[in-house]
Amino acid sequence: MASNTDISEHQRSARRRLRIIAGHLQRSEQDGAAALSAQECKAETPRPSAAKGTAVPKRRQEIMKWNGWGYSDSRFLFNKKGQAEFTGRRYRLSGLILPSLKDWFEGTFGANLQHKTPATASLSVSAVPPPNLNELLVEELKAAGVALSSNPEDRVFRSHGHCLHEIFALREGRIGRIPDMVVWPSCHDDVVKIVELASKHNVCLIPYGGGTSVSSALECPPEETRSIVSIDTSQMNRILWIDEKNLTAHVEAGIIGQDLERQLNESGYCTGHEPDSMEFSTLGGWVATRASGMKKNIYGNIEDLVVHIKMATPRGVIEKSCQGPRMSTGPDIHHFILGSEGTLGVVTEVTMKIRPIPEYQKYGSIVFPNFQQGVACLREVAKQRCAPASIRLMDNEQFQFGHALKPQVSSIFTSFLDGLKKFYITKFKGFDPHHLCVATLLFEGDREKVLQHEKQVYDIAAKFGGLAAGEDNGQRGYMLTFVIAYLRDLGMDYYVIGESFETSVPWDRVLDLCRNVKERIVRECKDRGVQFPPLSTCRVTQTYDAGACVYFYFAFNYRGLSEPIHVYEQVEHAAREEILANGGSLSHHHGVGKLRKEWMRESVSSVGLGMLKAVKDYVDPNNIFGNRNLL
Amino acid sequence: MDRVLRAHALKPENFFDVLEERRRGSDISHALRTFSAQVPPVPVSALNRMVQESQYLHYVISEIAAETGEPYECVKDEATSILEEMSQNLQLSFIRLMAFALTKVFKRLFSSIRVNEDGLARLQQAIQEHPVILVPNHRSYIDFLVLSYIMFTYDLSVPVIAAGIPLMGMSLVGEVLRRSGAFFIRRAIGSDKLYWAVLSEYVRTIVRTGFAPLEFFVEGLRSRTLKSLKPKLGMMQMVLEPFFKGEVYDITLVPISISYDRVLEESLLAHELLGVPKPSETTRGLLKARRVLEENYGCMHVYFGNPVSVRELAEGRIQRGQYNLIPRDLPLKLSANLQEFVGDVAHLVVHLQERGSVLSPWSLMALILLQNPDDLDWNVFIQKTLRLRTLASQLGAQIDWPAQLSDLEVMSSSMALHHAVVQSENGRVRLVEKEGPGPITQEEAVLRRASSVLMCASYRNQALHVFTRPALVAAAMAMAPSHSKEDVFGRFRFLQDLLANEFIFIPGHTVQDFEEGCSGLLRCGALSIQDHALSVIGEAQDTVVFLSGILKPFIETYQVVLEVLGKETFQTFTEKRFVPDIRAATVKLILSGEVRSYECISSDTLKNALSALVRMEAASKCQVADQIEYRVNQNVLRRIRDTLDGSVASEVPLYSRL
Repeated sequence: MASNTDISEHQRSARRRLRIIAGHLQRSEQDGAAALSAQECKAETPRPSAAKGTAVPKRRQEIMKWNGWGYSDSRFLFNKKGQAEFTGRRYRLSGLILPSLKDWFEGTFGANLQHKTPATASLSVSAVPPPNLNELLVEELKAAGVALSSNPEDRVFRSHGHCLHEIFALREGRIGRIPDMVVWPSCHDDVVKIVELASKHNVCLIPYGGGTSVSSALECPPEETRSIVSIDTSQMNRILWIDEKNLTAHVEAGIIGQDLERQLNESGYCTGHEPDSMEFSTLGGWVATRASGMKKNIYGNIEDLVVHIKMATPRGVIEKSCQGPRMSTGPDIHHFILGSEGTLGVVTEVTMKIRPIPEYQKYGSIVFPNFQQGVACLREVAKQRCAPASIRLMDNEQFQFGHALKPQVSSIFTSFLDGLKKFYITKFKGFDPHHLCVATLLFEGDREKVLQHEKQVYDIAAKFGGLAAGEDNGQRGYMLTFVIAYLRDLGMDYYVIGESFETSVPWDRVLDLCRNVKERIVRECKDRGVQFPPLSTCRVTQTYDAGACVYFYFAFNYRGLSEPIHVYEQVEHAAREEILANGGSLSHHHGVGKLRKEWMRESVSSVGLGMLKAVKDYVDPNNIFGNRNLL
Repeated sequence: MDRVLRAHALKPENFFDVLEERRRGSDISHALRTFSAQVPPVPVSALNRMVQESQYLHYVISEIAAETGEPYECVKDEATSILEEMSQNLQLSFIRLMAFALTKVFKRLFSSIRVNEDGLARLQQAIQEHPVILVPNHRSYIDFLVLSYIMFTYDLSVPVIAAGIPLMGMSLVGEVLRRSGAFFIRRAIGSDKLYWAVLSEYVRTIVRTGFAPLEFFVEGLRSRTLKSLKPKLGMMQMVLEPFFKGEVYDITLVPISISYDRVLEESLLAHELLGVPKPSETTRGLLKARRVLEENYGCMHVYFGNPVSVRELAEGRIQRGQYNLIPRDLPLKLSANLQEFVGDVAHLVVHLQERGSVLSPWSLMALILLQNPDDLDWNVFIQKTLRLRTLASQLGAQIDWPAQLSDLEVMSSSMALHHAVVQSENGRVRLVEKEGPGPITQEEAVLRRASSVLMCASYRNQALHVFTRPALVAAAMAMAPSHSKEDVFGRFRFLQDLLANEFIFIPGHTVQDFEEGCSGLLRCGALSIQDHALSVIGEAQDTVVFLSGILKPFIETYQVVLEVLGKETFQTFTEKRFVPDIRAATVKLILSGEVRSYECISSDTLKNALSALVRMEAASKCQVADQIEYRVNQNVLRRIRDTLDGSVASEVPLYSRL
């Protein structure tokens, strides 16, 4: 075992790490209070509360927005002076003024601070349709001691993900089909019981984790006539054990990313799985959508991280009998579960790999004269298999976007330095400020190795005309991905709507796909009467041996349009068509949900789709898990 | 495609004379002025390197090396020398030099070079957005010089041009053209795998990188008849491939219609059609041709058509995703679906070129003259020409009929411009025959006469496309057993099929063409349609006769060919002998008075007739020793002949879309 000094070293680095990344979260007040417990849950005697120290409470409405992203106390706004600021105290940006955001916002979208589109202030309970309850089920659940609610707020909170049309409707106070009841299982056995009872009474179950879906996966099918019960896994949030010999942890699937990391950090470990949504998304959700984390180059994607999965289905519980690291036992049954999007059952417990917290972390950034050079560099890095924990290449528009989020600098010296840097790059090196683009990097590991690695990557970059551009630029790049959803809420206050979407594509097609999709978006917007050119920007956000993941942001000013959401959806649809025509995949990590279902057959062939349907028919013949995603 | 055709309906546009300012200003300062167009994104050397190092070429070279057993390096060297022979070397300084020289020449040759500036504005916009392909028709050697000159004058990126390799052979001139942006293509390249590979990669690289607008002649050759030629597809395919493969967002095709009052090569044209071989292109030949510079060639029109978006054409027709599962650099044949699309696009472009072309008074006059070749009263001539002008504009033609001059003056000045072909004496107008030395044989006299007729016919041909569809309907009505729409359409389709090498129709557009023909006739008040039957309006009988008369020289030629091939001596014949033998037989028929039209001995029409017969399976083609031999199928031949004569019903056509 490690000595005391090592432990405190671990804790120190854990704290440092928390300060730097992981959504720039404020440290939890109840430091280290989370109790690890290997005790089995007894369904008959449910514990009054789940693990302490969870960042999101059972009653989400206490701290979360009902019609926007994230915490109620954290939002962007333009203050009386017309300056942008970010409220609250949770994030690094919190309480800071962002002097250039307004100009960027107005310049990019042709938006105007005078033209506001405020959201409905509060949820009107009268707008919520009355629940269609299955009384027998309710009674039996109560008898089994499962927590449940048909409170309108509880139900509305679990009726949606974060697609544009979902949030837009809520902002206007429109509420469609929502779950009739919410249940909170507190352990695996609870879930088994709930699934049994749902099958018995033929009600529809929709699993709910962190609610961060962007594929319409959480939307209740309007044609569903049965009672719909949302299974909120948030109370299944304990780390049940840590196996330090094999470096695995057995965790309940309802745990959210930030809690999982914080609690593991306290023992000196991490999973390294950091999807952009990790503040709110859950382990079960990652498994059900085939999630990907930004540091996958070191730690792998979710399918590489899981060792064992337990899922409760109407047919019974599915799991493997051992924890062997690889098996040749026919098709891997985990792959029926990974990406099943809640159509087969509820993931209840997962054993996943853990790693000691890395000793050292360093951000970095590289400026390239243009996007082509940047992509060529990333391709070379992938070829040499020396990608850092994270390497992302933002195009020019996104680079400027990131720049607009620079907080006010207090010292004249910093701004002087910034000016000098800019002068060096644009004037001395001759980079065109309208073409240059930036790669952001994150290195992790032993200090020495990180520095060595860093040099290797910068040397490659130099061959493609890349110039090192400092840690600060890199760090800000990552911040953008955490605050983007908050920024969308700000946009929606001023006639600007937008969304992100992603794909994966072979290396030789990256440039063509990026150019064609961005152009398609611009053209489609123009054709559909969008008055001002849209923001259409992308970044290469992950690298693989044979290709890359590309992530797009798309937003526009909808003043003058009578049906902005319809226009938005048409453009997004066209963009997806363009992606597919250019050899991109239907999704790299967001999943299919209901939003991209229409392309499934084309994507996996009729036989492929038939295979998936056959599995569904066997596992869930009565369509108890009736969210109608994927198939 | 229909959508594009509708969207590209011609609107009247103003033409401006490019030379006018040059006549007032300084030529040298025009050549040296600041040229503000976009410069190529990569230097020429980098472009060539990209081609050489391309994955595609690497694949092909490896394949050829494996097939022939030659070392890879040898094949690669060969590819490099092909590329060197081919590549352009666009240099602004040479463009300036050319601009200076061309100003001098053009001012001398032409009274004006008129350009639609709206078209240039559209082009300028298009150049900023996507790779632009300029597709002019090809009527004269100087076509591409004029285009580059106009582009330079209007501050547009100077194009790189696919030119025929004979031009390169001219010492000095080849190099000058190369530096002005021409690259050189050998003829008949389809069979040479390496050559095809280098050329196609070269073309694709130019398109992909947006190096400069690319210009090529979709007709492949200079048209000797001044009539549109059936488009060649190889180049079009190379140009479109980057779009199919998603390497560019879109490609913009700009059809350009060049029309001449009088072409520089006019005397050559007729000779070539009569079997006098054309002089090979040498610098010395060019210098000898100096005397062409001493003549006046009137006015020239260049119409820059509406840019056509390939993406728009491809919508719903092309699955770009078909390349998702293979490396895009693999040398693979285009799928059938893409090939068909390439063909349709090429035909569409030719069609748009025709629509955009400007008719000169002379081409209308030539049409009238040819219908009355022997002797025509000057006043009747004027009357008929004016009536034709009305008819042509009813059918949507753009006519350059100077409004500030009287009709008499317009026609007289046209006559003056073409004094070599036509003359008027004592109020009578007639075709001029070149005076030759001494007594001549009857056959020689026929050829002499034919030479004038064909020269005149070339100018008529420039106007032909305006009348083709209504004329085909009119001719079909004359042949059809009844005037029901079905019967007329059946004959229309037969004629269109037979004459498909003569006039350019978009494949699969027969119904639309028929409708267009009918509505043309409706517009000029010659036709009424009731209860699915067409009927000619009484007082417009002569219009219908006149229109079907336009096709007469062609139909007569086909009839002659059918007649001659029907004889036993022509059961089999070689390709080489076809034109001379048929021509000899036809000359006899002309002398005996059985055939009236001198156009029947045009080698172009004869060849077209032969390929029509092969297409319709009345003749079959096979390779015997080193000759190509044809074998006639008398049954099919007879059926075609009878249908053409209107004596039997052709197979019942399906007229599903009416």
